[in-house]
Amino acid sequence: MHRREGLAKLTGRERYVDDLPLDDFLWGMTVRSPVPRGRVTAVRFGADVDWSAFVIVDHRDIPGPNEVILIERDQPVLAAGYVRHVHEPVVLLGHRSREGLRRAVRAVEVVVAPEPPVLDFRVPPRPDQIQYGRDNVLKRLKIEKGDVERALAQAPVVVSGTYETGAQEHVYLETQGMIAWLEDQVLVVKGSMQCPYYVLSALKHALARDESRVRVIQTPTGGGFGGKEEYPSDIALHAALLALKAGRPVKIVYDRGEDMAATTKRHPSWVRHRTGLTRDGRLLAQDLEVVLDGGAYVTLSPVVLSRGIIHAAGPYSCDNVRIAGRVMFTNAVPFGAFRGFGAPQTLFACERHMDVIARTLEIDPVELRRINLLRDGQTTATGQVIRDGTDRVAVLERALELSDYRAKRRAHAAFNETHAAQRRGIGLAAFYHGAGFTGGGEVHLNSRVRVAGLADGRVEVLTANIEMGQGTLTVFTQIAAERLGFAPQDVAIAEADTGRVPNSGPTVASRTTMVVGRLIERACDDLRSRLEVDAAVRGASLRAAIVRWHREHAAERLVGDAVYERPPGISWDDANYRGDAYGAFAWATYVAEVEVDLATYSTRVTGFVAVQEVGKVLNETLARGQVQGGVVQGIGWALMEECKFRDGAMINNQLTNYLIPTSDDVPPIHVAFLENPYPHGAQGAKGLGELPIDGPAPAVLNAVAAATGADPRAVPLTPERLMAIADFGLRSAE
Amino acid sequence: MDQQVPIGVTVNGVRHERAVEPRLLLSDFLRHELGLTGTHVGCEHGVCGACTVLLDGDAVRSCLILAVQADGHELVTVEGLAPPGGGDELHPLQAAFREAHGLQCGFCTPGFLMTLVPFLREHPHPSEPEIREALSGHLCRCTGYQGIVAAVRLAAGSAP
Ligand code: FES
Ligand code: FES
Repeated sequence: MHRREGLAKLTGRERYVDDLPLDDFLWGMTVRSPVPRGRVTAVRFGADVDWSAFVIVDHRDIPGPNEVILIERDQPVLAAGYVRHVHEPVVLLGHRSREGLRRAVRAVEVVVAPEPPVLDFRVPPRPDQIQYGRDNVLKRLKIEKGDVERALAQAPVVVSGTYETGAQEHVYLETQGMIAWLEDQVLVVKGSMQCPYYVLSALKHALARDESRVRVIQTPTGGGFGGKEEYPSDIALHAALLALKAGRPVKIVYDRGEDMAATTKRHPSWVRHRTGLTRDGRLLAQDLEVVLDGGAYVTLSPVVLSRGIIHAAGPYSCDNVRIAGRVMFTNAVPFGAFRGFGAPQTLFACERHMDVIARTLEIDPVELRRINLLRDGQTTATGQVIRDGTDRVAVLERALELSDYRAKRRAHAAFNETHAAQRRGIGLAAFYHGAGFTGGGEVHLNSRVRVAGLADGRVEVLTANIEMGQGTLTVFTQIAAERLGFAPQDVAIAEADTGRVPNSGPTVASRTTMVVGRLIERACDDLRSRLEVDAAVRGASLRAAIVRWHREHAAERLVGDAVYERPPGISWDDANYRGDAYGAFAWATYVAEVEVDLATYSTRVTGFVAVQEVGKVLNETLARGQVQGGVVQGIGWALMEECKFRDGAMINNQLTNYLIPTSDDVPPIHVAFLENPYPHGAQGAKGLGELPIDGPAPAVLNAVAAATGADPRAVPLTPERLMAIADFGLRSAE
Repeated sequence: MDQQVPIGVTVNGVRHERAVEPRLLLSDFLRHELGLTGTHVGCEHGVCGACTVLLDGDAVRSCLILAVQADGHELVTVEGLAPPGGGDELHPLQAAFREAHGLQCGFCTPGFLMTLVPFLREHPHPSEPEIREALSGHLCRCTGYQGIVAAVRLAAGSAP
């Protein structure tokens, strides 16, 4: 099946937020804090601007609590006298001309009496830097299994290592944007987003409006990757405040520089491993410390930490595990959701550490993984018994086979002997990714889906889950069509408009196909049951039954509903972080081949194999595209994507100086799926969207280590970084 | 206020006469003045390629050109790629992108298409490295480029 909205996108007819026709509207822009921390002593409006032509909003214009409501309420919509990070929104301006607005923003001076900021999350704060709780810790979480101290004390070998990852910018090609206007007392907000109901709840709270007076509609979204999970709420609030004050529609669309400087990024991380092993490499104890940089507000950091620590011990069996995690407050732009959500950071550390262990023990990195990979009946760090029947060793084997791993190792050794200017190597990473919200999260979300039978016999699927390129519209169509025996064109997918669709939860956490897709199936079944037809009635006869029903029930609505139900046998203890963290895990092994140029220290990925078990693959082409895109984004994070900060501000906030991979930087990505259907996912599917970003960074750095003998511990491994740690005795060879 | 400058351009075969500000970008002119919003803006710095259009048959970045510089020239945007008539008939490149899943979010797609039109004209049978090089002036964050490369091969193979 072709991508459902493909035609519109290929012909230029698709309307992204900035493309929507809009009459008599104002542009909105944001005046931001110039410094990372301090008291705002004045806001000065320059004398050479005629301010009467502008709509001006500050925190005093907020009708409800000045809070962007999320997990906590610590983040203001607009700073009220105090700023905690550079680029924190202080004042909003609205004006007809975008050019005029740009000049006006520059003419507003936010005067701040600076106070000492915290700019490095790894350094313990001084007393005058404490700004959250007693110790600047935004969240602490711990996982404990067995007796780590004892096992470490008795272990024949202990291998330690620390690993670091940097911030990563999403670079969705469409920047953030939002339009707001008032329609008969109803505030309508339309824009680029992943979670319409998050935006709705933020608007209700800070604008003190009940649900009947707010409506949020998603526009076709030009990429998200997590970057449009929480931040769109801020922009929606800003656009709404301006629109309410102006009495006219207001559009805010960030340009690239503002988007990169002021919105969220992947959390930087620091991870320490202390691992006890037998001499032949069996894991006896894993002691981990995970620290994330949260930035200036809590936002989603507690859940990012949660996912990070749950994945931190890797897909291995070990009886004694302790993972202590914390997120630190810093005076940085808050870090946020990004594909993988904490897991890429901790899996990088884990899988790089496995190679460090292998080198220390002088054993084969493949063997080390093979003997420790989880077998059915064994438990993860949280004590979750894995019993899905997936052969994780077979996933590993398939990746080795497709990459021709053994032969390549020999060939590289021979190549490296005879070439003075290049080094070749191959490396792997074995990993997993839990699909859906963590622990009791899905129960808490209580997602709902509706499928309506239309008078002409077609059905309409109503969910709040959105298309951002990953293929939601196509996969939802497939799921409903398959369930009902319909042709794809007889399935309509409703626009994600909170005025019409039920809350089926956010489009995040690899949950859309697996969790929401399953709800669509159940809502289809519910619809059929209302028609009182036999379960065998499908396709044309089912369509006829829908038409008949409407004839007999004029002016009534025919709907099928479904509400989330926790799969049987799953339990989670949130207080102690024990139990079934996820309903299902996807399993993978990725293999990267690299060539390192010894004159420039640049690393090129020359081959990549991605093998995964993601349950039933519903649409292989879309799934493959997700993996390829995720791998390339992961290669970018591994080698080139570096956010440079000065005094808390990103200084390379343009695509000219923040580089992401082009078609010339990456090889073809060889993708293979092993299938083990998951009984509680749509048609047997498990989540897939995030998994592919977990593996590339460790696989690539392991390959560089194999190629050069160097021991890289941090991403991105830029040429400068590699040069700094290079100790391959090469300068003489040049 | 700057003095408005009269310009005349042909876009997708239609002649337009307008008075524009001298510093108006061609991308803004196409999007805001003519409502041709299929030309996307991803960076305004000439890096991402999303704003690529044809100027007298050559691919150019409309965020790096002023509208006044297009005066007297012939432009084609993504809206002008498919045969006229408004039906579902597609340009062979569009059809190949559709078939080979050369797009995900679609934001980068118009730019890639517009670069590929002259590229395939000049390289009717490109090799994979040639394709990758030709695409390397464009950014796509969704696909990992593989679907796009496959689409180009498909389009080249199906070209007469
Ligand atoms: S918008 Fe013109 S190159 Fe990016
Ligand atoms: S398809 Fe989304 S940027 Fe290319």
